[in-house]
This record gives sequence, C-alpha cells and structure tokens, in this order.
Amino acid sequence: MKEYFATTGLNLNEPLLWERGKKGRCGFSLPRRDVDSYPLDEELADRELNLPDLSEFEIIRHYTRLSQWNFGLDTGMYPLGSCTMKYNPKINEKLAGLNGFAGAHPLLPATLSQGALKLMVQLERFLAEITGMDAVSLQPAAGAQGELTGMLLIYTYHKMKGQRRSKIIVPDTAHGTNPASAALCGYRPVPVESTEQGILSPSSIDKVMDEDTAGIMVTNPNTLGLFEENLKRIAEIVHAKDGLVYGDGANMNAIMGIVDMGKTGVDVLHLNLHKTFSTPHGGGGPGSGPVCVRKHLEPFLPVPRVIEENGKYLLSDDFPHSVGELHAFYGNFGVMLKAYCYILSMGPGNLKKASQLAVLNANYIKEMLKDTFYLPYDRPCMHECVFSDRLQRDQKILTLDIAKRLMDYGFHPPTIYFPLVVNGAIMIEPTETESKEELDHFIEACKTIVKEAEQDPDLLRQAPKYCKVKRMDETEAARQPCLTG
Amino acid sequence: MRYLPHTDEDIASMLETVGAGSLDELFKDIPESCRRHEELHLPEAMTEWELNDLMLDLSKSMATSPEYKVFMGAGSYEHHIPATVPYLLGRSEFVTSYTPYQPEMSQGTLQGIYEYQTLVARLLGMEAANASLYDGASALAEALLMAIRITRRKKVAISSLIHPMYRQVVRTYFEPTDCQVLELPYLENGRTDLSPLKDMSEIAAVAVQSPNFFGCIEDLQDTGKRTHEKEALFITCFTEPLAYGLLKNPGSQGADIACGEGQSFGIPPSFGGPALGMLASRMKYVRKMPGRLVGMTKDKEGRRGFVLTLSTREQHIRREKATSNICTNSSLCALAAAMYMASLGGSGLGELARLNYDKSEYLKEKLRKAGFRISFQSATFNEFVVEFPENFTATYKLLLDKKIVAGLPLKPFYPELMNHYLLCVTEVRTREEMDDLVREVKS
Amino acid sequence: MKELNELILPKDVRYTADHEWARVQGDVVRVGVSDYAQNQLGDITFVELPEAGDAFEKGEEFGTLESVKAVADLYMPVRGEILSINRELEKSPGLVNESPYGDGWMIEVRMKDPAELDELMTMPQYLEMLKGLD
Repeated sequence: MKEYFATTGLNLNEPLLWERGKKGRCGFSLPRRDVDSYPLDEELADRELNLPDLSEFEIIRHYTRLSQWNFGLDTGMYPLGSCTMKYNPKINEKLAGLNGFAGAHPLLPATLSQGALKLMVQLERFLAEITGMDAVSLQPAAGAQGELTGMLLIYTYHKMKGQRRSKIIVPDTAHGTNPASAALCGYRPVPVESTEQGILSPSSIDKVMDEDTAGIMVTNPNTLGLFEENLKRIAEIVHAKDGLVYGDGANMNAIMGIVDMGKTGVDVLHLNLHKTFSTPHGGGGPGSGPVCVRKHLEPFLPVPRVIEENGKYLLSDDFPHSVGELHAFYGNFGVMLKAYCYILSMGPGNLKKASQLAVLNANYIKEMLKDTFYLPYDRPCMHECVFSDRLQRDQKILTLDIAKRLMDYGFHPPTIYFPLVVNGAIMIEPTETESKEELDHFIEACKTIVKEAEQDPDLLRQAPKYCKVKRMDETEAARQPCLTG
Repeated sequence: MRYLPHTDEDIASMLETVGAGSLDELFKDIPESCRRHEELHLPEAMTEWELNDLMLDLSKSMATSPEYKVFMGAGSYEHHIPATVPYLLGRSEFVTSYTPYQPEMSQGTLQGIYEYQTLVARLLGMEAANASLYDGASALAEALLMAIRITRRKKVAISSLIHPMYRQVVRTYFEPTDCQVLELPYLENGRTDLSPLKDMSEIAAVAVQSPNFFGCIEDLQDTGKRTHEKEALFITCFTEPLAYGLLKNPGSQGADIACGEGQSFGIPPSFGGPALGMLASRMKYVRKMPGRLVGMTKDKEGRRGFVLTLSTREQHIRREKATSNICTNSSLCALAAAMYMASLGGSGLGELARLNYDKSEYLKEKLRKAGFRISFQSATFNEFVVEFPENFTATYKLLLDKKIVAGLPLKPFYPELMNHYLLCVTEVRTREEMDDLVREVKS
Repeated sequence: MKELNELILPKDVRYTADHEWARVQGDVVRVGVSDYAQNQLGDITFVELPEAGDAFEKGEEFGTLESVKAVADLYMPVRGEILSINRELEKSPGLVNESPYGDGWMIEVRMKDPAELDELMTMPQYLEMLKGLD
C-alpha cells in the first residue's frame, strides 16, 4: 500500500478555557505584596470579573493540545502564492528575546536606547539598498499599513501642490488590500485589465491616466508571478501627468540583488518583513510593512525618524511635512530585529541566491505540473506560478476540492481563488527554502490527487480526512455568528 | 548557507527540467534598464556566532530591568510575564503557522483566538471582540472610522487626555477624509472637560481614554450619558487593560465600542512593538467592525470547530468597500494575551490589578509626604502625574546615571505642564525601589 | 454549480443583465435575484436592503447580497420608490437560495415609469445572455 505523506497521530480533544478550570485556581505566581492596601472609591471598582480560573498545568496542557491541531511551516510546506512562506530562522527568535531588546521601553531617553536606534537606522539602509530606493520608514505595522502610508505619501505630495486628486489606478490582479488602502485615503480605484500575456500594457494606463488621477498601484512581480516588463513606460505615462507610482513589494522575494526597483520608476514601495525577510507569520501576525521612497517623497515620511548625529542616534519629529504617525511608537521593533538578523545572516550573495532559487523552484513546479493542472500563462514565471481547475471541470472537481485533498498529503494548500483574473486560481509559491525532494513530494501529491479526481472524485470532495475537523459549516457561522463563548 | 538546501546537483537537474542554462537565464526577460549589476552593498554574511555577539553587544546598550528601575508607562508597561507564556507561545505550530484561512489545519489558532475574543469581551464587558488590530493607536483610529460608518456623520470628538501619539495617529488616518476631529480639553482635576459637547452637533462618536494619559480614571458613566444624548457612539479607549481587573468595565458604563492596547497582557515592551490592538463592540455593530473575527460552528459531521467568519467585511472580498484594509494583524500577541489572562484567571487578575493600584498609591503618598504636589486629584490606577521643582531636569539626568528613570516629562506633550512628570508603578517595582526614588528626588 | 439546463428561469418575470428579476403585480413591481445568481454566490448569509420610502434611479445600487465568500451589489431594474422589503430575509437569508422567485423576494417598488419594464429581458433573452457567459 502506498504510504501517504500525512499519517494519523494521537491528538487530544481540548475544551474551551472556561469549560476547564475551577473557581479559585490560579496559574500565576502573584508577586509579593510589600505595601498596604489603600482605599479605593467603591463607585469606580467592580468585584465581578467573569474570567476562568485555571492551574498552571491545565494551561500548559490546554495550549499544548491546541498547538498540535495546527499545521505550521515547521510541520510542512506552505506553497501559498504571494505569502512567501519561507523558513523562519530560530536564531532570530532567540535574539529578539534578549532582555535588552524585549524589555526596552520605547520612551527611554535616546542615550539609553542606542542599540535599538542603531539597529533601526542600519535596517533602513539595508532595505534602501535592497530595493534601490533612497529612504525608508520602518513604522508601518504590516503590509496593508505600509500601503496606507504610501497612499498618504502620494496624497501629501499632491496636497503640497494644492491638489486633491480623487482617483488611483488599480490593476485587476491587485491584492485586495490595494483598493482598500486607496479607499482609506479617499481615492476611488480605477480598474485596468492586464493583457492576455498577464501583464499591464502602457496603452491601457494611458487611456485612464489624467490630472485627477493620483497615480497607480503596481505589484511587481505581479500576482500572476510575472514581471511587469512595461513598468518603466507605465511610470513615464503616470509621471507625465504628475502622478506617482506605488509599488506593492510583497513579491520582493523574486528579485533581490537582481532588480533595482528604484530604476523601474516606482516612487514609493512597501515591503513585507514577514514575507521576504523570513519573520514568522504567527498565525496571522504580527508582521511589519516598511515603506521605501525616492528622495522627493522623503520629507513626507512618518515621524519620528531615527537620525544620526556625531555617531549617536536619536529620534526626531522635526519633519514639518511628514504625513504624521501610523503607530503609537516606531513600528514592530521585535519584527524588524528578526529581519535585520536575517539580512546579516544571509549577506548580499545569499540574498540574491535566495531569489534565484525561489524563481528556480517555481519554474520547476510549473514545468512539472503543467500537464496536471491548466496553466493559463505558459511562459517563464518568477517566484510563483498560477494554475486553475479547468482540466478537472469534467469531473466536477473544484479548486477547493483539490486544496482540501492536499491536506491529506501533508501540504498546506496553495493560495486559491486569487488572483481574481483566473477563474479557480491555484497560486503556488514554493520559496527557496524548500528542497528539491520536498518539491518532488508536492508534485507527486498533486499528480496523485488529479488521478483520484478521475477515478474516485469523492476522495477529494470528502477531504480532508486526516485533520481534526472536516469541512466547516461556514454558512451557519456567517448567518448566526457566535463570536464569544 | 544553512537556509538554502539546494546542492549544485539539485540546481543542475532542475535547470535542465526548466530548460534554462543557468540561474541567471531565468531572469533573461527582465528589462536591462532595471537590472542590478553590482552586488548589493550589504555587510558580508555573518556566522550565527558572530551575529550572536553583535546582538548581545547592541542589547547591552539598552536600559532595562533589572539593572534599571524604569518608572514609566505612557502606553508601554512592564509587567511580570510567567515563564509558561513564552514557553507555550514559542511552540512552532503557533509561531510559524499562517493565517487560519484553511480551518481544518488551523484549529489551534482558531480556538485560541476565539478564546481570546471571549476573554477580551468579558474583561471589557462588551458583546463581541475582534481577533486583534496592530496596536492601541490604530485600534482607536479604526474605532472612530467605524463610528463614522455606522452613524454616517462626519465629526468625532476625542479627549485631549487620550495618549498624545494615539491622537496623532487618529489625525493621520483622518487627514485624507472629509471628517473632522475635535478635541475636548481637560479639567483641573485631571479628567476630560465634556462641556464643549453641548454645542456640538452631528457627532459620530465621543472618545475618552480611561485611565487617561495622566493616569486618572474618567467618569465613564457620565460621559456615556452625555454622548448618547447627542445620539453619538460612546468609545472608550485604554492603554492599560489591567485597570479593568479592578475598575468598572466600559461595557457596564455604556460603551458602544471599547478599544485599546493589550501589551500589558503577556507581551514584553519590545521598544514599542509588536503590540496588540484590542477592539470590542456591541453585537449589533459587528458587521461594521474591522479586523478578523473567529466564529464557532460545526463541521459537516457535527463536530464543534472554529472558522474565520463574516469575511465579507474584509479587504480580500470587499476590496475598496471593506471595513478596513487590515490583513496581517497581531495574532500571536493576541494568543499571548489569552494565555496571560488564562494564567491569572479572574481572581488573579483582580489581585494583580489591586497590587498595581496599591503600589502606585504608596509612591503617591510617599511623594506627597516628601513635599511634592500630586498634580491631579482624580483617582488613578497605576500611573499619576507629580510636579517636580523647576530645575528637575538636572536631577532627572543624575537619576539616569544612577539607573533610575524618574517618569516621563510631560512638557513635550502638554507645554503648559512644564515640570510635571508621569510616573508609573506596576507590580514589578518594589517598595525599596520606590523608597530609593523618593529619597533621590528629595535630595 | 448548476448547468444552464438545470437553472430555474420562469417566464412570468423580466430579467436584468445583473441577474435581478422583476414581476409586475398591478403597479407594484416585486424584485429578487435569479436562480443563476443565487447558484453562483452560494449559500446566502446576509441581505442588506434599503428602507421603505427610499427612492432609487433605474440601475442604482439598492442593497447587497452576501454569501460566505462573495458580495454582490443589487441594482434597481426600474426607477421607483421602495414600498416594502422582505423582512423574512433578516433571519432566513437562505430563502434566496431555496426560493429565489418566491419567498426569497427582496423589495417591492412603486414604479415611476411602467415602460421601463419593457426594456428588461424576457426569459429567452436572459437565457441567451447566460449562454454567452463562460
């Protein structure tokens, strides 16, 4: 019998916290009381606190069991397109936990926080170098917040010229955060379609670009895994009407050390440290979304900024045209630190190698699976490739079914149903940290699943079989939301 | 390099499959005009051991416990974190997992966040809490935008005693909108002055922070009443959620939305981030709420399970009409907060909050007895403002050399409060340390 | 997903290009979405409707339809004033799936110009349009 990659194991059920515990238990070592009790206005106080009481061991078991129901990157491959699920180095976790960093109050006088300030300045320089841009702000707490910052930078640029433009061009392949961020800044997204080759054409931009359009939001490489070859020409068209080009740098993993984004005409770019720069996803966050800008946008960067004066570092608000603040303090320092360590561990040669190998891995998968899944764009891809379920339609098998069955083979499914331009999209990004053997396993699993679709499609429709739960009733969850217990 | 598994044989074999002669050839279609030809000007790769040394060195320049006694809060709080929390949080199935879009393989995160949502809702006395936002500041901005969406009005009134950086973030978020942010002044007693409300019309929301930036506890019930008289939404915000282990929670005082910073719960200060934006509201507003939501449901065989729900509010579906642009949030920090709250339990949280209050009152009393004026009379939780003599800056610097950070000077944020300092005492500070501080400032 | 020949397409209603249907009942028009629309969206989880008394132009957005993974805007097939809305959809949004032309109706409109109805598609015309979609 062929051995599946995924296997059964003994996981335990675990109830909710408040279904456990008993009143009076405690899992915390309460600190010694060395002061008296002081009177407190009873009008302000509340004796009732309806939180469960658990012992320490109960908590340990609770969360240990919960963790075992999760699939993590350390468990197996996550070929999620546009997420860059690469290995999260453990040394970075250890160093982020150093007391000097973890225990540091953000409002310490600069003289007492030189290490952190220095790290931030150096990271800014690294990211400027990697992107080919001139100045960086590490403040945005995630990619979407970086996008909002970019929108605010563009808004301020026009405001300084006495203009208030109302539109921004957003390609049909854009990530949902793009139009959402634009809308937060009061811009109406103007959609443009990609060509049959899957990239943007200058003429389609020319058609819609006018003096009321703030600019364009471009992802490069785009969400189809293709390099926007016409970006420079598109940037010229946008700039000609004094619009600006926003670059969504989520896919930076394809081009480190290979492409100079500063030369593509992009004016502002965001990065996702939790993608390209190996910081962990944490089940949904925290991440970090620095923005990198060309010189003309530098005066508008968020404050405070770290500046260097006579070999010392300090924070300064003295940037009168700054867009303001996006974060209470300086951004997710703990995440920045990990990216900093990653860049120092890799070095320039390995960062470029990482991009090369990411692209090699994606092309390898594309070649090996192009007869298994329908490939809408049969041309060399970058770090990710997009398939669809078109070849499986006759068996009435959907992308969703393929995705769920992949779990039984020990893989997290790829990104599905995105980008929207491909019906039933399956977007695969292996990243450079997956070995050839891992890719071959994945390829074999896909081929086996497609065969199952032909011979016994119910195996897919009933999938997943090995997970703790089967497919969820998402309809009831949305009709009758039960958000607290 | 240990993170790159490809051998030369692997590369050769794969290049052959792909039909490229070299790795460089994979990029042949990239226009020449944007190619990089020079190597990146970055430091040479460091070994793990060199990196370790470098980071240790950098970290040594930072002023932290136990060496330094830091009496500062102002949005970032030093609390004891039990060893169990980082231990559990460090499990790679929590750390390295992705957003739980595939619920069958993410029940750990999903149940963990559902529990977090529940604990937050109970703590704040609200009906529904989301799965986290970035931090307290953006949570407040999002709460105000949410109120604008719900009421379709274009003005919000926020207290000047909300954390100055939070107000800055709100203004930044509001800058490109056609909405107005009005500020409410403060009274001599250290609470918000609500009197300007009577002349305001068509306001979407009134927001106060409690305990506020001066550490004072606001009269939430009264604020709520006056806000609802204006048919506006009552938003309460906080930087120190531990206060609600002791004080009446926002929900019981009429809050429509409660939001703030959860860093105190199991997350180290970390030089300001990552943090934890908490947001909770009445159930009837849940479809207008930003951020992810985890809901309980059943699988097709009747098993209880959890799933991300009401996703049509979010950017990946609603795009430009989404309730927010947020995608990545602060999930792991939310899990830490849940673990922390679970460790303390209801009784423990109450006791710890009481200890914070008492220690802070002790320092207040000692300072009073030493002849210093406590700037505001209103009751406080674990922070308060004290007025130090005119040339205190010199003393402050001397204290820094003695490894004592004697609070946060308020002058940069409230120019009228020159010589006033915001002090914070949590359970981490000992009686001895407080006695030392008082002795030092007296001399 | 239903095949074209499995779709329910009654003849007693008119159709729009956005998959709404309109049925005349005197000078009142009842509006809902077609079987094709509900099938494409999947299980409906929430229906956002206007209030009685609201007035809209032809083609103007009057509400939204949500399923687990998608949102669709609803557009007026004719110009008019909302007379009543189907309150049953608040607790039972699934009626749109179960009975799109019956209990899953959404709004009743007092038409301003009955001639606008003739501009809408007949069933055969709507079916032709559906055949043209992929």
